[in-house]
Amino acid sequence: MSSRTAGIRLGHGVDPDWVRSVRVPDSSNVVRTWHVLDNHNSLPTAPVGTVLAVHGNPTSSYLWRHVMAELSTGERPWRVIAMDQLNMGWSERTGVQRRLGLRLDDLDRLTEALQIEGPVVTLGHDWGGCISLGWATRNRARLAGVAVLNTAVHQPPGSALPGLIAAARLPGVRRLVTATSPVFLQGTLAIAHPQLSAEVRAGYLDPYRGADRRTGIDEFVEDIPVSPEHPSWDALEGIVQELPKLADVPALMLWGPRDPVFTDLYLRDLRARLPHAQVHRFEKAGHMIAEDAPVATALRQWLEDAIEPGLQNFGQRTSVPGSGADTSVPGAQTSVAGSGAPAPEVSGVSEQRTSVPDAAAGERRPLWAALDERAGELGAALVEATGNGHERTASWRTTSWLALSNDVARVASGLLAFGVKPGDRVALLVPPGADLTVALYACARIGAVAVIADAGLGLPGLHRAIRGAAVRHVIAIDRGLAAARALRWPGRRISVGVPAGSAKARLLGVSVALEDLKNSSISELPAEPGPNDEAMVIFTSGSTGPAKGVVYTHRQLEGVRDALTNAYGLRGSDRFVAAFAPFALFGPALGVPSVVPDMDVTAPRTLTATALAQAARAVDATMVFASPAALANVLLTSVDLAAADREGLKHVRLLLSAGSPVPAPLLTSLQALLPAASLHTPYGMTEALLVTDVDLPELLATGPGNGVLVGKPLPGVEVTLSPLDHTGAAAAEETTSKPDVTGEILVRAAHVKNHYDQLWFTQRNTATADGWHRTGDVGHFDAEGRLWVEGRLVHVLATADGFVTPVGVEQRIETVPEVERAALVGIGPAGAQRLVAVLEADSPAGVATTDLADEVRQAAGVDLVAVLVIDGLKTDIRHNSKIDRTEVARWAEGRLAGSR
Amino acid sequence: MKVLVTGASGMLGGGVAQQLAARGDEVTVFQRRPSSLIGVREVTGDVTDPTSVRKAVEGMDAVVHLAAKVNVTGPWAEYAAVNIDGVRNLLGALRETGVPRLVHVSSPSVAHHGHALVGAGAGPADPERARGNYARSKAAGEQLALAADGPDLAVVAIRPHLVWGPGDTQLVGRIVQRAREGRLPLVGSGAALIDTTYVDNAVDATIAALDRIETARGEALVVTNGEPRPVEEIFARLCLSAGVAAPTRHVPFGVAWLAGAAVEGVWALGKRRDDPPLTRFLAEQLATAHWFDQSHTRAVLDWTPAVGLEEGFERMRQWYAA
Repeated sequence: MSSRTAGIRLGHGVDPDWVRSVRVPDSSNVVRTWHVLDNHNSLPTAPVGTVLAVHGNPTSSYLWRHVMAELSTGERPWRVIAMDQLNMGWSERTGVQRRLGLRLDDLDRLTEALQIEGPVVTLGHDWGGCISLGWATRNRARLAGVAVLNTAVHQPPGSALPGLIAAARLPGVRRLVTATSPVFLQGTLAIAHPQLSAEVRAGYLDPYRGADRRTGIDEFVEDIPVSPEHPSWDALEGIVQELPKLADVPALMLWGPRDPVFTDLYLRDLRARLPHAQVHRFEKAGHMIAEDAPVATALRQWLEDAIEPGLQNFGQRTSVPGSGADTSVPGAQTSVAGSGAPAPEVSGVSEQRTSVPDAAAGERRPLWAALDERAGELGAALVEATGNGHERTASWRTTSWLALSNDVARVASGLLAFGVKPGDRVALLVPPGADLTVALYACARIGAVAVIADAGLGLPGLHRAIRGAAVRHVIAIDRGLAAARALRWPGRRISVGVPAGSAKARLLGVSVALEDLKNSSISELPAEPGPNDEAMVIFTSGSTGPAKGVVYTHRQLEGVRDALTNAYGLRGSDRFVAAFAPFALFGPALGVPSVVPDMDVTAPRTLTATALAQAARAVDATMVFASPAALANVLLTSVDLAAADREGLKHVRLLLSAGSPVPAPLLTSLQALLPAASLHTPYGMTEALLVTDVDLPELLATGPGNGVLVGKPLPGVEVTLSPLDHTGAAAAEETTSKPDVTGEILVRAAHVKNHYDQLWFTQRNTATADGWHRTGDVGHFDAEGRLWVEGRLVHVLATADGFVTPVGVEQRIETVPEVERAALVGIGPAGAQRLVAVLEADSPAGVATTDLADEVRQAAGVDLVAVLVIDGLKTDIRHNSKIDRTEVARWAEGRLAGSR
Repeated sequence: MKVLVTGASGMLGGGVAQQLAARGDEVTVFQRRPSSLIGVREVTGDVTDPTSVRKAVEGMDAVVHLAAKVNVTGPWAEYAAVNIDGVRNLLGALRETGVPRLVHVSSPSVAHHGHALVGAGAGPADPERARGNYARSKAAGEQLALAADGPDLAVVAIRPHLVWGPGDTQLVGRIVQRAREGRLPLVGSGAALIDTTYVDNAVDATIAALDRIETARGEALVVTNGEPRPVEEIFARLCLSAGVAAPTRHVPFGVAWLAGAAVEGVWALGKRRDDPPLTRFLAEQLATAHWFDQSHTRAVLDWTPAVGLEEGFERMRQWYAA
């Protein structure tokens, strides 16, 4: 090894101790000089293994500096070898084009010369991903894992070469943009999100100053094999053919979907080739994912979880490393459980919860069991409003159990005939009602996975959700079909409400109408999906970052149904008004008739008192499921209520207000409207729909406290807390259920979600080894074992005197008469944060008057550096009752910094 | 302990001298005119005169150095003479006479480059980039003082931020006076978050720095009440305590900055000696957050402010009412 570094400008963030110059003869026996970054000599202790990192075009080993820095530290460091490929970076300009086959050979010779000992994990990006996988298949004996960032090994079937690359390859253009000018290089750097700093840009640009140093970039682009005639076609095919050899090697795919070249189509192609891979899509990242996302941290955690446990037997191993890893169960754990909690199931930290053995399926009641049982009944199963929305008397469309059951069976058969296969993802863009229900249960029955993204996500959110969910078919109403066409969502189209063959259907690319599928002849359906098969993907509200896909298996959805039944004593004789989207889908599964009121379910504030009452009358409802925002509007509009309609609410025995905390005064006012109803507010989230429950009398008897009282865990649910430290961070392993200790709320139950969709990193950080789901909410137990929610973990404020949770303080501030709503936010660096109250108040916008500030400080009971009045608090788009504290904090920070 | 306090005619210096005397230290005060403080030995002189400085420090156990030219305008030479050469004279005298301790009172503005300071620590003094003649000269003075910390002389610098209290003519007096004349604009939104220090707390922190000099030596420590407030609220509460209507007129930052620049030019041309109504420095100060993380200062000095803002404003009200 020599350290000849003359003429090389080390990029910002590169440790000079990493730099090596390595001379290796190539296949023509000419000695070539490689520029290699290698942390071997700066490691504090012997490495666990080696990560071999291969960059693509037009980058260099500089891409891997964060990975190298991260893996150099800690008790179990990894050696990282990142080479500049020949003709690239600071490596030799050989004067010989290095096509794919030669590059694979070059890499083999380099790794031989470096005398790597022990297990190797490959890591690659862009065309380096392809080369690294090639190396992996050729060095299977010492391979411990493969990881790739945005890359491709093959053109996905039926797709064209990415437009940008195709354009860059046009005759006369390619050389101009790749070598003669640095357009391709600068263009690649320009699509980082956020933009790269000047010094990082220099780190990428410096090895390629001057057209003669960029020849390798040009040749790399030319070397993309697009047809069998291309000289590198065979080499690429060789890699592809060998990929099945990696079927038992742990694999990780970290993906930036905002990549104009390697789009999600390529991810899908890769997943099909390495179906066991763990996948995380960093929603905000693009092609320069190594700059855009915490790739180094994710890689480290994957090495710890999936690779290191399997290394003890490395060498004599024939089985999969990682598969039998013992999952260390954290020490003494206590939790508060609802009565009848099942024994905890132990599961591994993987993208998915470990499955319960199918053998336990003996006593299983599938989702459609109740539907089958009532299949002969002529009574109403589903009632939906069909009015124009603003008429006083809506008209109603009723679907009987018989018709519903028949439609589900025929549509299931029709979907199969149409080509929908078990396991296929089917997007359902249909408002609640009979059509959605039929489509959903038909999909469930044949084992297709329903992807339910509601319009409340907004079009950008919906677009991200559908595009990311690997959808193969779309069932949608006209607006959904139009969006699918305009945004070029994948999948074949089935229309709802648009007749197939019509001009509109042709325009929207519709293949068949749901209405026609209802006339399919009933064929023999495939075997019922297993309890651990995926059943549904639903999306979080996205109030803390992009919406996440949440995957439920059949068993877990059955768990939701059973939890609802057990918690509220549902009986076949009940009838409910479904004004809250997630529960609206469960009517047939519960075997309970349901009615969808005349409202836009994705916009809760469209529910009027009249619409609610008429829906209740339509089925003589015994139960109402609604969100607080909807109920607030019901109260506002209750003066318009006709006497007959008011009568319709008198038989309601239960009101469930779910979605976000409900203020007791709101519930008290509702009680007057629903005199016979017991008013309950369950606490839950998209990932665990039912966790705890509290009723109005208990709320009133308890009074205010530090947060919102949400009550005791429901039957079958365990709740515990990860206590927060001084800085407001939740403990990694310790749990407690001691009273008055604030911590992150952890939930375990049969009906908790299975995993996040293609978000391995998120799943890894929110699921513990022993099956707890980290909710991201913080709270505490009181002496009676009741849970109080104090806010979101990301909104906990880290002051010099310890952490502060927002909800309790906000509630106290809201007792000041002039104050409508309050948000408590922090400004300044973590650990030295100061508290600011931002108010919607009956007072001019700006810095609060001294009188108002005095009152607010008095009520708050914490040290507020500023009290600001704002015209409207930024709220979350989906639940317009939740304040977006992160956004408010950003605003306050700007104002208080003296924004000019 | 025999302590020399320079610049004792000011509010903070006077407070330090009185407090030290009250607890039994032998206090000598040094300034250009007699201080009229009780229970202290008076030496009149000027820090720009090495001879009088040497005479004053002779036989002392410690010096608390507050004498400075504090203003917002005026030629550089005047600032340099007092705030740089004055420090050099003092250090020379300490070396010659073997006085072992120096508490050098500085200002957070020595490390302020004009942009927002949000939960900041004490950055290094920067004579090149600090804003205005006062801050630049104080930055150079602080650098000299801290560089002198060594085996025979322990030096600590403390930087109290915007000291105010009853009898203050520097900050409160000007604000109230301008508000009374309707000449007190709120620059920008008026929401810039600003730390201030009630005078008693600044006095206590200065004395704590003297007592803890072996721990704190070599450091520059920002001292504040630890209760930053929007500038509009500070103005309103000070005006309220003086019985004057709070300012409501907002001037956009750009306008204020340009106006400040123009006024500085006019003042310089006219060689006026009084304070101009607005300078660029002042415009920046009033439109930009500057508040600090006090945890390090409090730990090193083993000190916490005894008088909260609310109590401070109440004392101001009583003083104005009297």
